[in-house]
Amino acid sequence: MSFTQDLFYDALLDPARPHPRGLHDGRSRPAGRRFDVYRNNVAVSLTEALHEGFPVIAKLLGKRNMDGLAGLYWRQHPPASPLMMQYGAAFPDFLAGLPQLSHLGYLPDVARLELALRRAYHAGDAAPLDPQALSIDPQALMSATLTFAPAVQLMRSPWPIHAIWRFNTEDDAPKPSAAAQDVLITRPDYDPVPRLLQPGAAEWVATVQAGGTLAAAQDRALASAPDFDLVALLALLLGDGALSSLSPPKA
Amino acid sequence: MSNTAKTLAVAASVAAALTAAATTSASAQAKEKCYGVSLAGKNDCAAGPGTTCAGTSKVDYQGNAWTLVDAGTCTEIELPEMADGTERQGSLEPLERDLPA
Repeated sequence: MSFTQDLFYDALLDPARPHPRGLHDGRSRPAGRRFDVYRNNVAVSLTEALHEGFPVIAKLLGKRNMDGLAGLYWRQHPPASPLMMQYGAAFPDFLAGLPQLSHLGYLPDVARLELALRRAYHAGDAAPLDPQALSIDPQALMSATLTFAPAVQLMRSPWPIHAIWRFNTEDDAPKPSAAAQDVLITRPDYDPVPRLLQPGAAEWVATVQAGGTLAAAQDRALASAPDFDLVALLALLLGDGALSSLSPPKA
Repeated sequence: MSNTAKTLAVAASVAAALTAAATTSASAQAKEKCYGVSLAGKNDCAAGPGTTCAGTSKVDYQGNAWTLVDAGTCTEIELPEMADGTERQGSLEPLERDLPA
């Protein structure tokens, strides 16, 4: 980056800095006030992008707090890509690092959930697995592996992230109570949906995602939750088109 | 649980899930885009900032904002006579402390 560009960029992020030298309008007059307008537009649009990208966080904190946080965030993490739909990837960690928010321990995970939902929206398509592909010889099924659709993401949290998300996005959703929650993001139609997972399901999904066989997934799930319900989980995965392919055991 | 018992248990679960999936897909409705029924900022599009659709409808029941509904039900959705825009403002724990700007 050239000297002038550096000055321009630094002044953009910090309103206390003087206007970059050498900015002129069409008649060679100094264009400081035009720079101010531009700088203000950058600030406002990045702040709005964070409000739009993290609507639940914005609602939990209130507009004024979110505006203040956004201002802190975008100055530390200016966009690295012109694709604003991906902006805010470092926001959850940023929230986790703020001592002023340490009493709201669930915020970073709720922000991660919102970010994952956005990523799921932009993930590639995959033809859903035909459920009949699962009706194979039981022995072969136990040693088979499964691939998830690209939009599918697993989130595990010590906080009730699913309940908090629902409480702030749906009318008449129940008030969250303190509990750890596992969430699987799927994309049944066009939009991602966070599905609350029952005990053991996250272990099953994580094992299968890591390339483990159905037998290994079943073992892990039962070890963590003896009442693990495979029927409910499979019905969820098949119903939401969350699985994309089944690989038979390697001979 | 022995391996055979485990295999049988998994096979039974898969069979049950397949039955459930078959029932659901038989009854599952095709979806259609339904315009003019979304509440402000609630139109179905989770694309995020920098896109032209994410929660961009500014008024309730905005005519060019859509949401996915079961096919055939779009015209039957009951809407209040006045767009009162009721939206819950509650938050879990409002943050009282000021943050450095």
